[in-house]
Amino acid sequence: MAFSTRERSLTDIPSTALKGESKPHHLANLDFAVLQQCIHCGMCLPTCPTYDTTKLERNSPRGRIALMRNIAEGHLDVTRAFGEELYFCLGCLACETACPAGVNYARMFEEARADIEDAGVLRYAKRDFVRAVMLRFIFAHPLALKALGRLLRLYQVSGLEWLVRKLRLTALLPADLRELEPLTPRIQPDFSDQLIGPVESPAKPGYRVGMLTGCVQDLVYPHVNRDTVDVLLANGCEVVTPAAQHCCGSLHAHNGELTLAREMARKSIDDMERAAGSLEHLDAIITNAAGCGSHLKHYDDLLEHDPQYARRARLWSHKLKDIHQWLAEIGITPPQTTGGSQPSTINYQLPVTYHEACHLCHGQKITQQPRTVLKSIPGLKLVELPESTWCCGSAGVYNITQPEMSHRLLERKLDNIAKTGAKVVASANPGCSVQLEAGARERGEALEIVHPITLLARAYRKGGEHS
Amino acid sequence: MPRISTLNPQLVTELTAILDPKRVLTEREHLLTYGFDGTAALQGEVGVVVFPQTTEEVAKIVRYAAQEKIPIVSRGSGTGLSGGSIPQPNAIVLCLVKMDRILELDEKNLTILAEAGAITQKITEKADTVGLLYPPDPGSMKISTIGGNVAENSGGLRGLKYGITRDYVMGMEVVLASGEVVWLGNKCVKDVAGYSMKDVFIGSEGTLGIITKVLLKLVPRPAAKKTMLAMYATMDAAADTVSAIIAAKIIPCTLEFLDRITIKCVEDFAKIGLPLDAEAILFMETDGHPAVIEEQGKQMEEIARRCGATAVQIAANADEANKLATARRSAFSALARVSPTTILEDATVPRSELTKMIRFIQGVATRHNLRIGTFGHMGDGNLHPTFLTDERNHEEMERVEVAMKEIFDYAIELGGTITGEHGVGLAKKKFLPDAIGNASLTLLRQLKRTLDPDGILNPGKIFD
Ligand SMILES: Cc1cc2nc3c(=O)[nH]c(=O)nc-3n(C[C@H](O)[C@H](O)[C@H](O)COP(=O)(O)OP(=O)(O)OC[C@H]3O[C@@H](n4cnc5c(N)ncnc54)[C@H](O)[C@@H]3O)c2cc1C
Ligand code: SF4
Ligand code: SF4
Repeated sequence: MAFSTRERSLTDIPSTALKGESKPHHLANLDFAVLQQCIHCGMCLPTCPTYDTTKLERNSPRGRIALMRNIAEGHLDVTRAFGEELYFCLGCLACETACPAGVNYARMFEEARADIEDAGVLRYAKRDFVRAVMLRFIFAHPLALKALGRLLRLYQVSGLEWLVRKLRLTALLPADLRELEPLTPRIQPDFSDQLIGPVESPAKPGYRVGMLTGCVQDLVYPHVNRDTVDVLLANGCEVVTPAAQHCCGSLHAHNGELTLAREMARKSIDDMERAAGSLEHLDAIITNAAGCGSHLKHYDDLLEHDPQYARRARLWSHKLKDIHQWLAEIGITPPQTTGGSQPSTINYQLPVTYHEACHLCHGQKITQQPRTVLKSIPGLKLVELPESTWCCGSAGVYNITQPEMSHRLLERKLDNIAKTGAKVVASANPGCSVQLEAGARERGEALEIVHPITLLARAYRKGGEHS
Repeated sequence: MPRISTLNPQLVTELTAILDPKRVLTEREHLLTYGFDGTAALQGEVGVVVFPQTTEEVAKIVRYAAQEKIPIVSRGSGTGLSGGSIPQPNAIVLCLVKMDRILELDEKNLTILAEAGAITQKITEKADTVGLLYPPDPGSMKISTIGGNVAENSGGLRGLKYGITRDYVMGMEVVLASGEVVWLGNKCVKDVAGYSMKDVFIGSEGTLGIITKVLLKLVPRPAAKKTMLAMYATMDAAADTVSAIIAAKIIPCTLEFLDRITIKCVEDFAKIGLPLDAEAILFMETDGHPAVIEEQGKQMEEIARRCGATAVQIAANADEANKLATARRSAFSALARVSPTTILEDATVPRSELTKMIRFIQGVATRHNLRIGTFGHMGDGNLHPTFLTDERNHEEMERVEVAMKEIFDYAIELGGTITGEHGVGLAKKKFLPDAIGNASLTLLRQLKRTLDPDGILNPGKIFD
């Protein structure tokens, strides 16, 4: 998702200001160079999951770009069909990896979705309500998100969930919500701030890093955050973790709420500065969620025209590192082995395969580093996953908005996993993990979906026991 | 500006009677995405797009169109570089991508039979499963259709030793302008019963018939290959190497050339460590019996050094070799990184004239103050001088026009041609008369009139 320096950026017009008017200013204000970059060569078509399924140009990167260009040039209005098309797109960015011309699809995609929301072509009561609750309330206020998490947790552990399913009360839910219900991830009893201290230091600190705990990660996989901190400590990093963190805003940016996304970005910077004193005092800011990372790295573009934040946002983007990327940069401290000729402390009877989250491999071009992490674990046998970079269908809230396409992609992913024979799947994005776990459950397959960093943390702990 | 032609409702009713209505597109948001192919600055009007799934459906559409005299524009994946599939006003765009099955792999006769919409790479992969090779490998192979390849008579990176698409077409099923279906050719290695009609349809750019199935020849996959990269401080030295290798009676499968600008763009995309300080590189590959290629590889390396290569690198393994080939295939699209508009040319000269042609292109760039990135299939004498320009700059576009004409004229003067593999389509139509002469042009016209008397198949392409 490389935002090239040539482009002009968006002006900060509140998304509500133009509601009802269908002047698509977001795309229209994009620099000619961004829109014109696509030479319609078609090299991206075979890597696009939606084109691969339908074989229709409109469902391809090249087709979508053509429509966006027509809108920017005023030859097409922001229509409902256009809106639906841009929400059928996964935002997986496989097209960016494939494109030799360096097309900045992510930028166009976000601007297009902002135009769609402004024009209100997809508006109907239920969607508006869900969007308002999700984007403007729950994912905008950390306490609201936690409260929702607690409620869900209560539902899951109180036996209520069991009862509701048993009595088939889910049949009373509207069809689309009913389908979603099994996707609801298990909410964990403790959130990250209960598991991680504000500042944790190793014996001999070599670096000082800030830690981002994420939203979904924090609710569903808080232990991954604990594991990340442990891994950082084992690699000589002092870890500063702001207690109350805001959502990074990626959900907002991808769903056409650029103004809210900027708001979230400013708050995230504030959170970190408050905890660390200043960003200058940090060697890196660490994220372990691919989807967040790919957005977090672009705060510099997002806040480019904010006089108060532009400089800090540049510093932020410069320091922002995915955990695998950071470990590879500083050189991973290998987990200890039991010594002697027996190199393995953890004996993985079963091989591990690695699923590449779109926003890691396409969004951040991070492909080798997670493999380096996995290969550093003594005794771990990494088997390559066929089509490892093909989207699993999770794609933010895609599994909620486009269940059919999402499910098709999930099936394809699970089939590929089955081909490897691996029962452990390493995946570095909470969205993918939720999706893969739900898929495995549905098929009755015993798959463990685990973050590469969790595997590494386990190896450190094992090594510690033996040495 | 893209326009949508006003639809004839009767036409849509007829088409939806022939095809599942889901395979008849009329919505504006669909149509706008079929107005272009891979050619720069060309855009057409789209009325309706149809996706037949069987030859019978194609035939029915053509019969209806013939009766109503409605033009039909065939389309594969729309990667063409001469505007061949750009629609005419009020035409039916007939897209073959949903006829993409591979029907038969015949190991006894070394042939493969596929529907026209099958993707080139899928054919290569299928052949590979049984140790066979389908050699033509255009840069667009991962998405181009085999029907499009036949209709353009596409070349590839292995043309020097293995030839081009034409050399592998043994037969085809074609729907004629009348809607009649004919089979041309067969699995026989030899066949002289009548005119070789399949050859007429190869390279016909959708103007003579609609190809629905293709029968292709396969060859045994070579046991080994050796891949090398030679770097040069001058383009002349690279061209000299090519001439010297051929003069030494060595026929490698690949001799591809990239100049400095192209190297930079490709490296920006592929990040495989190409030398950014070289003026030119040659990507060379030889395949065959391990002992033979070992010997040939050594000779080629020696020749390259003798001709002034500053360094020669040998790919350590198949993976490295593949990465190089993939990077080379991205050359054209990667050049688009430089400027808003990328116009690719396809001038081809006899191999002995390569050095002259390259020098001439450099001269044209300087004289007209233009940026030209050049790469190409040097072993075939096929160069792709690519103008890196901006279509909004009218004054510069005029200079591009002049420069292009000079390059074409000079290629013809050297005994070459205006297009080696991309076809005439719309983009080179006006240069065709000078390139082939009036007598040939008349013959082309006569053939077109015989096979398509009402001119409904891709009208206005190649010539008016
Ligand atoms: C990045 C890139 C690299 C390329 N590299 C090469 C290369 O190395 N060598 C080379 O030769 N070309 C190359 N090309 C050009 C192009 O890919 C080829 O011409 C290819 O064969 C076109 O296939 P297509 O399926 O996209 O056809 P289209 O572009 O859809 O159609 C091309 C022409 O064929 C006609 N046609 C298509 N299908 C049929 C059919 N079934 N029956 C009758 N007529 C039909 C169309 O009417 C049109 O005139 C490249 C293009 C790109 C974008
Ligand atoms: S997005 Fe890139 S790869 Fe796709 S058609 Fe445009 S230029 Fe080609
Ligand atoms: S982001 Fe993914 S789904 Fe969307 S156009 Fe690109 S490849 Fe296709």
